[in-house]
Amino acid sequence: MKRYITVITLALLAIAFGGCKKAASLLPPNEIKVGEFTSLTGVNATFGQSANNGTQIALQEINAAGGVLGKNLNIIVDDTQSKAGETSTIVHKLISQDHVVALLGEIASVRSLEAAPIAQENKIPMISPASTNEKVTQAGDYIFRICFIDSFQGKVMSKFARSIGVKHVAILTDTSKDYSVGLTDSFKKDFTANGGLIVSEQSYSGGDKDFGPQLTAIKAQNPEAIFLPDYYTEAPLIMRQARQLGIDVPFMGTDGWDSPELLTVGGNAVEGSYFSNHFSQENASPNVQRFVKNYKDKYGSAPDGIAALGYDSVYILADAIKRAGSTDPVKLRDAIAGTQNFDGVTGKITLDANRNPMKSAVVIRVQDHSFRYLETIDP
Amino acid sequence: MEIFLQQLVNGLSLGAIYALIALGYTLVYGVLRFINFAHGDVLMIGSYAGFYIALELSQQLGATISYQIAFLMLMGSMLVCAGIGVLIELLAYRPLRNHPKLTVLITSIGVSLLLSYGGQILFGAQPRPFPELIHASQLHITKNLTISSSHLIVLLVTAVILLALRFIVMKTRFGMAVRALSMNPQAASLMGVNPNAVISWTFALGSALAGAAGILYSMTIQSIEPLMGTMPGIKAFIAAVLGGIGSIPGAALGGVLMGLVETFVGGSSFSSYRDAIAFGLLILILLLKPAGLLGKAQAEKV
Repeated sequence: MKRYITVITLALLAIAFGGCKKAASLLPPNEIKVGEFTSLTGVNATFGQSANNGTQIALQEINAAGGVLGKNLNIIVDDTQSKAGETSTIVHKLISQDHVVALLGEIASVRSLEAAPIAQENKIPMISPASTNEKVTQAGDYIFRICFIDSFQGKVMSKFARSIGVKHVAILTDTSKDYSVGLTDSFKKDFTANGGLIVSEQSYSGGDKDFGPQLTAIKAQNPEAIFLPDYYTEAPLIMRQARQLGIDVPFMGTDGWDSPELLTVGGNAVEGSYFSNHFSQENASPNVQRFVKNYKDKYGSAPDGIAALGYDSVYILADAIKRAGSTDPVKLRDAIAGTQNFDGVTGKITLDANRNPMKSAVVIRVQDHSFRYLETIDP
Repeated sequence: MEIFLQQLVNGLSLGAIYALIALGYTLVYGVLRFINFAHGDVLMIGSYAGFYIALELSQQLGATISYQIAFLMLMGSMLVCAGIGVLIELLAYRPLRNHPKLTVLITSIGVSLLLSYGGQILFGAQPRPFPELIHASQLHITKNLTISSSHLIVLLVTAVILLALRFIVMKTRFGMAVRALSMNPQAASLMGVNPNAVISWTFALGSALAGAAGILYSMTIQSIEPLMGTMPGIKAFIAAVLGGIGSIPGAALGGVLMGLVETFVGGSSFSSYRDAIAFGLLILILLLKPAGLLGKAQAEKV
């Protein structure tokens, strides 16, 4: 009996594995499959949902205009749930089961860093729409991004701080996020090199809820502003607790603040603070306004920077496929690397030798419970 | 000096919250001799109950800032948590009353996971702002020393609850029954104490404390999310062990100490090691004085 069971099991396994090999060659010839992995649920859900909204609009527009190389573009979307381990699982799945020709994702740098080695090893080009930590594209030559990097973003806020006459700054860093640590480093370097003084540096870990101790220590050093490079999940809480402790200097943040949640959770505590971003819906350029209008019509709300980047990432990929004339990984990779002066809604994008774009940033000010465009800072 | 005083205020406020939660752990340990790991998540339920009660009442009464709504929210949340606590005891722990303690411990971890991830599905994983029902104001004693209204409220509410608890435990028949049950269950039942009823009421009491702690904690951190109860729950457990598990004054002391340690470490240059030091404290206490600061070493009769 035991022998029969063994034989049958082995036979079934052989069929299963044999079947797998067969599926690999049965690719549908009339569509181009791209994988999008993003945080649709979980703590950073607004990032993923915004980015996905942007990619869906781009997808619709591209397919309505005839697709790419005459074929329909198909974006397979998978949810990382804002969790670390989940990202590698779904990237593996997109590559080995769905056989995508390229990957779009992730938003959070820590999850892009998790996915990049996998994409690099399998030689599938990966474009991150919004991960700003430098290490992401250092993972290999198949990894690209279309947003500015943190070494630039830190300088942007440092430049801005100095332009409004701030000389004493305190910094609050989330040591569990590569994003936050990277930005703190680049801000500190630029600010101190230009005569500014960091009066206090405090840190916390993502998921911490009580920031009283750190804020108290910062308050005692009398900063003129507090640099807070973090996401919209912790930033408004920190600002509310700060106001409760009687700290009323402005906070300066970065593109991780870009979410309507910052305003709903932060309320009055966020008023008068600033942050750097990729995009402002007040930009008068025609293709930005068209994108804003289409987004509002479809989703009922205005797009944020992440949505705009999601939108641009699909268009850049489509443009690269057209220039490569095929979806062959090597040709596609080279075509993406050769992106020059691409006119996106987040600015003119030219990828440099490190596969990062040279782009301007905008500074947004929180005023009257909305994000108001303040100025553009060029590289 | 002023920074020290400010951190002292912060630490006492946080410690008061931990003390409330630790009391729940200690009460349950006293009557059942096991650690209810689901306690932290009852705190989360309390916060969400308070959130929804406040929402409903604000809509009904048309006001957003009101002491009455805040008070009703606190009472309502404590009531809901008491109910949840009794339910958990009835469904998850009572059937295992005669099983080894390890079984019940594992069950309590299961209940904890059920509550937090169930909460994630029910309420959504996104953190939400906690409504400001009492106008936040600050008392600026000096430039570097600010006592905010939330500090005062936390300390006041905790003091009232602790006094009420002391009264219940020391001056009522129910309190006597709880103390009797924790000293010797068999003798207590021989003396006419109904163990099931007392245990249910103890769970109700402990969970109500967690509910109050949940409201105060949400007020301090200004937000609620389904996984918010895990960390305070663990830290309060450490606090209860620190003070002596099973001892009510011990739990209060442990809670305050825990809050102070966390705050002073958090405001120093070691702030990233805040949690590591908190857990290190647990290991230290278990090595040096396992019964806790105010606990009595209990010899096991073989």
